[in-house]
Amino acid sequence: MATQSRPLSPHLQVYKPQLTSVMSILHRITGVVNAFGFLLVAVWLLALAAGEPAYAAFLACAASLPGQLLLFAFSASLVYHLLNGVRHLFWDAGCGFAIPQVYRSGYTVIVLALLLTGLLWYLGLSVGGAA
Amino acid sequence: MSRLRHPWAVARGLGSAKEGVAHWWAQRLSAGALLFLVPWFVLTVVSMIGMDHANARAFLAQPLNAILMLAFVLAVAWHARLGLQVVIEDYIHAPWLEIALQLLVKAAYALAALASVVAIGRIAFTA
Repeated sequence: MATQSRPLSPHLQVYKPQLTSVMSILHRITGVVNAFGFLLVAVWLLALAAGEPAYAAFLACAASLPGQLLLFAFSASLVYHLLNGVRHLFWDAGCGFAIPQVYRSGYTVIVLALLLTGLLWYLGLSVGGAA
Repeated sequence: MSRLRHPWAVARGLGSAKEGVAHWWAQRLSAGALLFLVPWFVLTVVSMIGMDHANARAFLAQPLNAILMLAFVLAVAWHARLGLQVVIEDYIHAPWLEIALQLLVKAAYALAALASVVAIGRIAFTA
């Protein structure tokens, strides 16, 4: 491990953000967000199993504006990581490595993530009748 | 090059890290399951917005919902633990901190998965 202060090569901030790098970083960030989100899912299930007062307390947090925004962000993060993960599975199989293909699949994932998140919320709210 | 390796090493296929491809495969396998479970989960949770305790419990106690929620929870806990392990390996370089965080993540995700299983069991069997 470097303890001396040696000169460093140009670091991240000098590079112009590209679709490829931004999507790659976003895959990691959404992965970590989803991992923490799962802990909240466990809390939700425990509150539901614990009984009426615990669930009422949970719902009071979840129904607040930050709670609703958090649920929406979590769902969007899950969907993005899912779709970009499919992109990774194709790469694992050795497909789609040419630069134009990488950009095409990248834009496809972004558009599909927006559409799928919206579709799941639309369907969920219609089925649940909460809208 | 491969001739320099002992045939046993080739047969075991564990490579220099002595772990083989188990982590890689587990990550992809759980990803394949989550391909179906995540859309179901988002749809289910959004449709449960506004449900009171009794309705939410009865809904999740339906056998199909309970089974899929169990599958989601186990697949996502496994996938998340494997992913966080790689993130910690990549960014945490102080050995004591890395080992502590790896153990913490393993314990936290094992406990969260077990707690979820118990919770779903209570919801399914006492509704």
